[in-house]
Amino acid sequence: MGMTMSEKILAKHAGLERVEAGQLVTCKLDMVLANDITAPPSIKIFESIGRPVFDNEKIALVPDHFQPAKDIKSAELAKIVRDFAHKHKIVHYFEQGRVGIEHVILPEKGIVAPGMLTIGADSHTCTYGAVNGFATGVGSTDLGAAMATGEAWFKVPQAIKVELSGKKPAGISGKDVILTLIGMIGVDGALYKSLEFAGDGVKSLTMTDRLTISNMAIEAGGKAGIFPYDEITAAYVKDRVKKPFEPVAADDDAIYCQVVEINLSELKPVVAFPHLPGNTKRVEDIKEPIAIQQVIIGSCTNGRLEDLQIAAEVFKGHKVADGVRCIVIPGSPAVYKEAMKRGYIDIFIDADCAVSTPTCGPCLGGYMGIMAAGEKCVSTTNRNFRGRMGHVDSEVYLAGPHVAAASAILGRIATAEEVQ
Amino acid sequence: MKLEGKVWRYGDNIDTDVIIPARYLNTFDPKELASHCMVDIDESFAGNVQEGDIMVGGRNFGCGSSREHAPVAIKASGIPVVIAASFARIFYRNGINIGLPLLEIGDDVEKIHADDKLQVDVSTGEIRNLTTGDVFHAHPLPGFVQEIAEAGGLIEYIKNKK
Repeated sequence: MGMTMSEKILAKHAGLERVEAGQLVTCKLDMVLANDITAPPSIKIFESIGRPVFDNEKIALVPDHFQPAKDIKSAELAKIVRDFAHKHKIVHYFEQGRVGIEHVILPEKGIVAPGMLTIGADSHTCTYGAVNGFATGVGSTDLGAAMATGEAWFKVPQAIKVELSGKKPAGISGKDVILTLIGMIGVDGALYKSLEFAGDGVKSLTMTDRLTISNMAIEAGGKAGIFPYDEITAAYVKDRVKKPFEPVAADDDAIYCQVVEINLSELKPVVAFPHLPGNTKRVEDIKEPIAIQQVIIGSCTNGRLEDLQIAAEVFKGHKVADGVRCIVIPGSPAVYKEAMKRGYIDIFIDADCAVSTPTCGPCLGGYMGIMAAGEKCVSTTNRNFRGRMGHVDSEVYLAGPHVAAASAILGRIATAEEVQ
Repeated sequence: MKLEGKVWRYGDNIDTDVIIPARYLNTFDPKELASHCMVDIDESFAGNVQEGDIMVGGRNFGCGSSREHAPVAIKASGIPVVIAASFARIFYRNGINIGLPLLEIGDDVEKIHADDKLQVDVSTGEIRNLTTGDVFHAHPLPGFVQEIAEAGGLIEYIKNKK
């Protein structure tokens, strides 16, 4: 019997010929990641074990959530991470100025690669499935232990095959694909399982689309969201990944617990209504206009150059509507610089957007765009839970960059087509 | 180990943002986290929870962020065990790793209501609803995950193994 992509990566890292869903395995890790919120408790755990770090090149510490420090306590957290990184000579530690959002910079810098096994003390670690790796979120105890041992235990997940057909139409991005999928299977539709993407439709998805899709596998409860390796992956990793890597492909007779089919050519722009990422609705089906007060364009989901390009194309020659504030957050210094070179930042500033240094900031209600009671936001981020972006009576509507930019211009939830 | 306590009952998809909102994540002190636990959906919890009370949720309990601060906040509130129809994966793992037992009982959770009194045997997974007389059995933990739970968490497990 054949194996899925997840099974192949876990088998290899467990030193086994084959594994099957349900099996418990202990695996050697290629990369372990933490941020300024999750690293400090991980470091405390690590120190209680009393061993050296397993490999100072296989630990990534990315202070991106509350940094540049939003308050004194957050500054203390960043200091714990900084001191630890210096003490243990952590190669992939990123100081302000070099730091970007963790799931933007790790693929961008080739720190994660096809076939790699990564755990991160951040639930959106599943992003790296886009480059054909198995990557999953864990807590600080797992992470602290892994910094010492270089290992973690896994239950090999059952897999859901997501068969993509057709071609992505203009005005649709990876965000529409993943919100549509979560709307179909529900926020626990992939609980304990991996999502494995397949089919002809994959080739019409850019690497940015794939990173957005894999990023939100967790919003369906998924343990991982993995794409096959193809020419697009090869072109993306070519000048980024410096170490040798081994891509994986699913066997034709691999076992899936479920198959979900999506015809990309039929997709329409969607938003996820409060307070769950699975409350997906087509924008065209919204009957009563929904006025908004804030738009966020950025995050580990949609903070990449192509996302900013989409937003800039919609914004060109337009202004943010009266009564709306739009905050654009490039996901990394490289994204910021290239967006500036291409004139996107000019477009945003001319449109009256606020442009921020890279940070997770408002996505988790940290800072840099917190909402008051009763306010509504269209956001390219990944969660719209109650109180996620501020006051418990504020609301987040999740969307891709087309809808976010169009909504900022029109002051209500809208598609890019509606912007003249 | 048999536990007895009063039920704090919550619904489906209780996410880690409501268990401990991110605005309180600039600390990882368990007591301080506990003082804000559940505040966005239940302001009465942190001030009124008693040592030994039991938290009960619906499907997909603990979904969302990987923040271990969430199970830590619950444990530091004095809750010795959480029961739910199902748990989100990372929360489940975190609970086991920090020594907070989590019992999954599927649809039987519908037969547990706010303020019911439960008796829970964490090692066998047997749950008695002392208010209604119902008895439930939780799904057992697989393989060495049971050993991690019995050791009191991952760190104790790793130390014992050395």
